[in-house]
Amino acid sequence: MLVLNALGKIYPNGVNALERFSAEIRLGEIVAIIGGSGCGKSTLLRAIAGLDRASSGTVTLDEIKISAPHAKIGIIFQEPRLLPWLSVADNIGFGLSELPAGIRRPKVTNALARAGLAEKANAWPRELSGGQAQRVAIARALVAQPEVLLLDEPFSALDAFTRRDLQDHLLDLWADTRPTLVLVTHDVDEAVVLADRVFVMRPRPGRLFEEIKVNLARPRDRHSPLFDNFKRRVLTALDRSLDRNVPDSDSKSTTGEAMWW
Amino acid sequence: MVELARSGELARHVMATVTRVAAGFGLGVFAGTLLGAISGYWELARRLLDPTVQALRAIPSIAWVPLFILWLGIFETSKIVLIAAGVFFPVYLGVMGAILSVDRKIVEVGRTFRLSGPAMIRRILLPAVLPAYVVALRVGLGLGWMFVVAAEFMGASEGLGYLLIDGQQLGKPAQIVAAIVIFAILGKTTDWLIEIGSAPLLRWQDAFGRSAGAG
Repeated sequence: MLVLNALGKIYPNGVNALERFSAEIRLGEIVAIIGGSGCGKSTLLRAIAGLDRASSGTVTLDEIKISAPHAKIGIIFQEPRLLPWLSVADNIGFGLSELPAGIRRPKVTNALARAGLAEKANAWPRELSGGQAQRVAIARALVAQPEVLLLDEPFSALDAFTRRDLQDHLLDLWADTRPTLVLVTHDVDEAVVLADRVFVMRPRPGRLFEEIKVNLARPRDRHSPLFDNFKRRVLTALDRSLDRNVPDSDSKSTTGEAMWW
Repeated sequence: MVELARSGELARHVMATVTRVAAGFGLGVFAGTLLGAISGYWELARRLLDPTVQALRAIPSIAWVPLFILWLGIFETSKIVLIAAGVFFPVYLGVMGAILSVDRKIVEVGRTFRLSGPAMIRRILLPAVLPAYVVALRVGLGLGWMFVVAAEFMGASEGLGYLLIDGQQLGKPAQIVAAIVIFAILGKTTDWLIEIGSAPLLRWQDAFGRSAGAG
């Protein structure tokens, strides 16, 4: 269980990025955090990761207080952030360097195969496409078998087809060990495809605005009316979080817009 | 004339010059790397050290020659120190600049995997700094060859710089040309050695003019 208790972050320049954010996230749950820019969603994720310290409040994972990067918490960024001087296989094994090679190698080989990149084992990161590189980044994070995997807009730099492909790939990998996923995104479609719960945040100061449960069975059909219904609910919540007028029923039919900026 | 010089005399002069450059280059690289790494890695040291080093850098290194001769004598020590001083600055700047410009995002990956300080240096900083370091070494080496001539102009009894002066004073242009040609060969060869030596470590680079990668 990942428990966020009244997390707040005020930056040295006085910006109140996050205010009293509390949530309890069960093991194996998938949570999407969505909101307009400046709503503190990345700040929140970095606090959970232990990369930045929150100004107030606590993060606890299974009763352990998190204030620095922890072995049970993995993170994937918007960019793959592969180490350019290591081969693809060595990048995946980067976090396993303490294990003896006899244990590490089969894990890496297996992860490569799961990523569908077995033939790229000895390639350099620069030889990969954007989607392949992000697959390697996911493999690198998951091969360490984290209990919680944090994703900071992981697919936003990819084209629409690759993005769908990787969303499905992520769910596929998630099903193997069922870690907790906490995903920051501004793609409504992505949030509804992946998440059990969607946290809609409100900017200035960043706060939890609304929580939407997505109780749809997986795999989810992106074209079903039920799916659209959830998308509309998230979009409406987003609009209200920004004090915008809620679109009337006529214009609702055109809210197929997938990206939310 | 060139053939004449090859009677064995030339080898002695070349050896003298190469030895000086090697010693000066080694000393300059060592000091430049050490101080550059310290001020790149450690903010406080940079604030204390860097303004001084930058001020010293503003002085044309040849201006030190009289002082070096007074302090260190007219023989090998002053020459080697002069060469080292020339090599030091590009290496220092290269190392410090390279460390400062290591991508914060990559360092964050290291933090995520909880690398200790030494592991962070070995697994993230060193490889990230290497390309710029090789460039700094090559620039430093070039300056080393330049400064050895200056050093040997200040009263040497052997070395390629001495051959130049000697050729001028005794009206032997062929000897001067021979020394110049040898400088070109030596400079190019040593530069090439650095390039060849570092190539296997830099194969991962994705840069303009490097078409080795299979797209």
